[in-house]
Amino acid sequence: MTDEELKPHFTPGQHVRVRWATPPGHVRTPWYIRGHRGVVERLCGAYPNPEELAYARSGKPRQPLYRVRFAQREVWPDYAGTPADTVDLEIYQHWLEPAEDSNP
Amino acid sequence: MRSHHDMGGEPAGPVARTEHDYVLWEKRVDALLVLLSRKDRRLMTVDELRRNIESLGAEAYDKMTYYERWIHSISQTLIQRGVISIDELGRRMTQVEQRHEKGEL
Amino acid sequence: MTDHHDHDHPHATLPDAADKLTYYQTMEVAVRELLIEKGILTADEVRRQVEDMDGRNAGLGGKMVARAWLDKEYKQRMLGDGNAAAEEVGLDHGAYKLIVVENTPDVHNVIVCKLCSCYPRWLLGLPPDWYKSRNYRSRVVREPRSVLREFGLELPDQVTVRVHDSNADMRYLVLPLRPGGTEGWSEEQLANLATRDSMIGVALADDPNPK
Repeated sequence: MTDEELKPHFTPGQHVRVRWATPPGHVRTPWYIRGHRGVVERLCGAYPNPEELAYARSGKPRQPLYRVRFAQREVWPDYAGTPADTVDLEIYQHWLEPAEDSNP
Repeated sequence: MRSHHDMGGEPAGPVARTEHDYVLWEKRVDALLVLLSRKDRRLMTVDELRRNIESLGAEAYDKMTYYERWIHSISQTLIQRGVISIDELGRRMTQVEQRHEKGEL
Repeated sequence: MTDHHDHDHPHATLPDAADKLTYYQTMEVAVRELLIEKGILTADEVRRQVEDMDGRNAGLGGKMVARAWLDKEYKQRMLGDGNAAAEEVGLDHGAYKLIVVENTPDVHNVIVCKLCSCYPRWLLGLPPDWYKSRNYRSRVVREPRSVLREFGLELPDQVTVRVHDSNADMRYLVLPLRPGGTEGWSEEQLANLATRDSMIGVALADDPNPK
């Protein structure tokens, strides 16, 4: 049912940025990743929005959920491991914006 | 404002590799959540479980054990949903204490 | 209501402390009894669910790992669809979607749930305390190599470390590298090498011939 699920906007390989916002309530986008830039690794499917489910609401329309890969060095300025190390998180579509493809 | 439970990347000490065998009351709390949130019942969601834990506040969050936070949250959710009332829960808790004291639990 | 602790279960549960009920233990009894009286749950269901969870341990995840080590096509299917792969070996996958991430000589994966404690429970059983601890959750995403070192795992720089923060609806299992010196081993023997910690990613699979 298309009105129960939003269309995915992003594709694997696309560069994205996690929106900076600080809503109260139950949010599954961790603080440490907000504002950071990564690459979509895969589309995981579409799920009811947990921010709404947390208040016993339906969470519909279902939001596309992406696995996004971030370079640790981009996330932590003092990251001590190697440049290739990554952190992968699941981010809901409404927290993502397109980012420029060019390397920073 | 960053919530206390949202702790990724915060400075912290060495990981103590503690494990404990879960005791029965803890396993029963776990079972309650699984049974109540199952799709055929939908009396609560894990999202409500998490939200009610997250709203505990830093001090309570740190002082309580894992399954203490869970049972607090399950009862809050059931109250919010109108499945149980605060009054009946309070009365039953008193009665449980009394039965335990008399060795009847 | 009395609790019987003398069942002959293969995995005995520690009895609750007999002398004092804490506030939250009291709450658990009260909530459970009210739900049963209201016809929402039965005592039998609760008991069966506890027993079901008790029966889940790393052996279930180990079964999938051993099959993947022996069968390249199964492994590819598992990496593409963890839930279907679990069903193939007769395991139920639970309500969540399982993503299996493969360790290779160049990539090492480690799992965490920074926000709470998400974990593939139906495959590995209940998570260990340390997985849910503040220190693990805070540090493993920011300094994975130093946390792994604390677990006794030192990874060279040429190996990329990928941390998976299981923060939403997916659950993760690490497919560890198959240890050397296990040619000709049966699936059952191999499954024993896939420890819980190796499937979380804080350890390698057990090595039958440590140097």
